[in-house]
Amino acid sequence: MSAPAVHSLWTMAADPIEKIQAPKIEYGQLSPTLIVIGAAILGVLIEAFVPRRSRYYVQVFVAIVALAASFAAVVGLAAGGYGTTKAGIAAMGAIAVDGPALFLQGTILLAGLLGVFTFAERRLDPAAHGKRVDSFAAQAASVPGSDSEKAAVKAGFTTTEVFPLLLFAIGGMLIFPAANDLLTLFIALEVFSLPLYLLCAVARRKRLISQEAAVKYFLLGAFASAFTLFGIALLYGYAGSVSYATIAQVVDGTVQNVSPALAGTMGNDALLLVGGAMVVMGLLFKVGAVPFHMWTPDVYQGAPTPVTGFMAAATKVAAFGALLRLLYVVLPGLRWDWRPVMWAVAIVTMLGGAIVAITQTDIKRLLAYSSIAHAGFILAGVIATSPDGVSSVLFYLGAYSFVTIGAFAVVTLVRDAGGEATHLSKWAGLGRRSPLVAAVFAVFLLAFAGIPLTSGFAGKFAVFKAAAESGAGAIVVIGVISSAIAAFFYIRVIVLMFFSQPRPEGPTVAVPSPLTMTAIGVGVAVTLVLGVAPQYFLDLAGQAGVFVR
Amino acid sequence: MSFPLLTATAVLPALGAIATAAVPAAKRTAAKWLALIVSLGTLALAVTVLMRFDPGGARYQLTESHAWIPEFGVRYELGVDGIAVALIALTAVLIPFIILAGWHDADPLETGSKRWRPTQGFFALILAVEAMVIISFEATDVFLFYIFFEAMLIPMYFLIGGFGDRAHEHGEETAATQRSYAAVKFLLYNLVGGLIMLAAVIGLYVVAGNFSLTEIAEARANGSLHMATSTERWLFLGFFFAFAVKAPLWPLHTWLPNAMGEATAPVAVLITAVVDKVGTFAMLRFCLQLFPEASKWATPAILVLALISIIYGALLAVGQRDIKRLVAYASISHFGFIIMGIFAMTSQGQSGATLYMVNHGISTAALMLVAGFLISRRGSRLIADYGGVQKVAPVLAGTFLIGGLATLSLPGLAPFVSEFLVLVGTFSRYPVIGIIATLGIVLAALYTLVLYQRTMTGPVKAEVAHMPDLRVRELVVVAPLVVLLIFLGVYPKPVTDIVNPAVKQTMSDVHKKDPQPEVEAAK
Repeated sequence: MSAPAVHSLWTMAADPIEKIQAPKIEYGQLSPTLIVIGAAILGVLIEAFVPRRSRYYVQVFVAIVALAASFAAVVGLAAGGYGTTKAGIAAMGAIAVDGPALFLQGTILLAGLLGVFTFAERRLDPAAHGKRVDSFAAQAASVPGSDSEKAAVKAGFTTTEVFPLLLFAIGGMLIFPAANDLLTLFIALEVFSLPLYLLCAVARRKRLISQEAAVKYFLLGAFASAFTLFGIALLYGYAGSVSYATIAQVVDGTVQNVSPALAGTMGNDALLLVGGAMVVMGLLFKVGAVPFHMWTPDVYQGAPTPVTGFMAAATKVAAFGALLRLLYVVLPGLRWDWRPVMWAVAIVTMLGGAIVAITQTDIKRLLAYSSIAHAGFILAGVIATSPDGVSSVLFYLGAYSFVTIGAFAVVTLVRDAGGEATHLSKWAGLGRRSPLVAAVFAVFLLAFAGIPLTSGFAGKFAVFKAAAESGAGAIVVIGVISSAIAAFFYIRVIVLMFFSQPRPEGPTVAVPSPLTMTAIGVGVAVTLVLGVAPQYFLDLAGQAGVFVR
Repeated sequence: MSFPLLTATAVLPALGAIATAAVPAAKRTAAKWLALIVSLGTLALAVTVLMRFDPGGARYQLTESHAWIPEFGVRYELGVDGIAVALIALTAVLIPFIILAGWHDADPLETGSKRWRPTQGFFALILAVEAMVIISFEATDVFLFYIFFEAMLIPMYFLIGGFGDRAHEHGEETAATQRSYAAVKFLLYNLVGGLIMLAAVIGLYVVAGNFSLTEIAEARANGSLHMATSTERWLFLGFFFAFAVKAPLWPLHTWLPNAMGEATAPVAVLITAVVDKVGTFAMLRFCLQLFPEASKWATPAILVLALISIIYGALLAVGQRDIKRLVAYASISHFGFIIMGIFAMTSQGQSGATLYMVNHGISTAALMLVAGFLISRRGSRLIADYGGVQKVAPVLAGTFLIGGLATLSLPGLAPFVSEFLVLVGTFSRYPVIGIIATLGIVLAALYTLVLYQRTMTGPVKAEVAHMPDLRVRELVVVAPLVVLLIFLGVYPKPVTDIVNPAVKQTMSDVHKKDPQPEVEAAK
């Protein structure tokens, strides 16, 4: 090598290299998520350093304060106009702060708050060895039935780790509908999924079923995540970027600078279609839409009921939010391709969920299939591809999550010697023994069925109206038919509760602490208020109906 | 702003329902009195509505209009025309009698849980139904109407499924099963009807952009809102299906005999005399006004279905062994007459149909409530278990006979006037159908008189030998109804005066004129 060549090597290396710019982070706009994640990390530290006897109280306190603060931050941002006029992209394009994101984050936070209340309930199970216990295993790591489990129960341990896990899940869910590039989307997906898999496994009673549910959820969820990730890779190959805005530009054909490395594959429609389909599949899995619903009944049944309630409400909100953003921001140019597919998915989801639910004999499985049918109704709003469609979906999600958490909270109250009495036959005559609890549950069932004067009706009307206005009249007709089918099994439960003779050995209704009472009370109140006077919330959802790009 | 009279008429029973439900478990009698007083208060308000209503005035009166859910284009709009006023009055008149007649129907048999309060629930539910029925009659916003049209199913469902006759020929276990079957059947039929209507309601919104009955009807009349023929027909069918289930029209009627058979007599009256009227009322108010062309298109088919209802209901009534199911089938026959009168598209037919709604309410209430008193004495609904009752309980038998004669439209009693008007109105346009429909009267005479003969005349059966006659409470229920039947039979003018202008309006909505007499046309 000659001297000048070496010299040039030196000088080239000596050139001032481009500095890595420090990322610009809008801490204020990201504060809701940061608060929750920070509290989750704090929760882990609490597990490590706070003495066992006071952990429960500290954890509950931290979780409630964090969620309330985060919700206040969301409200503050929305009031500051970040949902409408000041909507924008934060964290270098990774996170969108706009109307739908804030609305969904607010909903998830409230659902999470009620979730904490049900998680923290310690009066339902009889005290074990003089210590109050909640719905979670004494020591999740001990093998069911083993001596170590017995020792843990005897020592009065409780799994207070559920609170940080819950906060991590909520943190992921807050990012999920706000994610503005595919990698953030995937990371958020994992951040909220992994804690949920764990939470499913830590039931205090029926531990084997609980662990089985967690394994099923984990395996299928991992499979769905893999699909999503593969789809993301294909979309990257298609657009040369994971950013939503860039992909949308490539789809529209308005892209500015083409990366030379990817020029060969860029704009290849096969990549776009297959990649888009795979990402959507991953989201439909989380939503629980047919044919990606197989996990729902088993997981809903096996998971500890407070977890089921939280998961059924908040996961659906987060996943539908992400699905909406993906379809409305990234793939609107592809509408003519995905709409027929989503039509089909919506139809089989509505009908499938409603029909299979009829044969169920377990209340949690019944609610699981009902949640599938509801996913179908929400999809009817998703395919409207109009601002009305977005706001109707937002409203539906808000209304649905409160009904769901309330309904599952009631399920935790009805108990016999083996814990929760979830078999439907045991609910016979509940209306005579505990009229109030039965009446409250009836309100939730009527809301699920979409009877007027409940939030379920307002939500259903909103999505069907949006669908009809976009020309999807057939969806509306199939929607009302599946509502009629669904009404049958909701009514069957009401018949059972009120018109059947109570069984002598039937379950008792536990008197909960104010925590669960609050969760149920808020559920009922929101259900009725949104049913009678939905306008304020419709306005809110209507203002939040525009995605930032 | 003037006093919102129409809102008050609906809100009072609603508040009464909440208050009644909140009465402590031990104070059953207080709950009953509270419900009765509230229903009488509602009656007073309904009478005020009647007095303030000017038959010669604007089409919708006492109107109220407030924004409610702008997002959906929904307004809280109330207003009454003559037809609505008549039906609100009917509802408000009947509910106190229903409450009085059902005074002991919901007394708990066993002292169950301390919190189990069937009595409070029973009367609260009746008042809730009253509130929802009244607001359905008042609503001039399609969405508002729909909400209460659907919501009233829930209290009705609990009334049917939760409360049955004290004694039952097959024992309490079977009775409970049959009751809940009847309640579920009632709810599912009506819910499916309602959901199909929901699709049509959404369709209407997509086409019209709002839900205001007056605005849409006006826009349709002046041509600014055009509907494609097929759209109009689909929407009409969606609405009509729901109303035909509720009314009920053959072949969607099968829930009614179950529901009326299993429910207690006062609840059966509530179903057929009050709630079902919302269906026929809505045909007049919504189907004809919103979809005039489609209504005319569907008329021949509907008339045939109504005719089948008349004959089929009457024939099945003849064959019944159960008193309450007999009255139910008779009602199906009568609803056939009402629907026939509405769709004959003559002013006589429609006036007759509206009058029929009122009269059928009163006559069925009289017959069914007395039948309920009878059944509560013997503990059986089977006709064969009775005989010779008129010798031991002459007053009961006498009022039963008057109720029965009203059902078969004896001249001099109220239903005669309306049935005559319906038949004349139908005959002037559709002579063949009118003639066949008169068969219904003949059959009505058959089933009523045979019912009377088998239960009241003949040798006194041992089981009824010590049957007490009507008690004071029961007399208070029956006597005013009988007086009303006779009064409106002799002097129907007060009702027809209120109803006629509204009917003329409706007729002009569908651009139909009464057919001219042949002689005049020939000139």
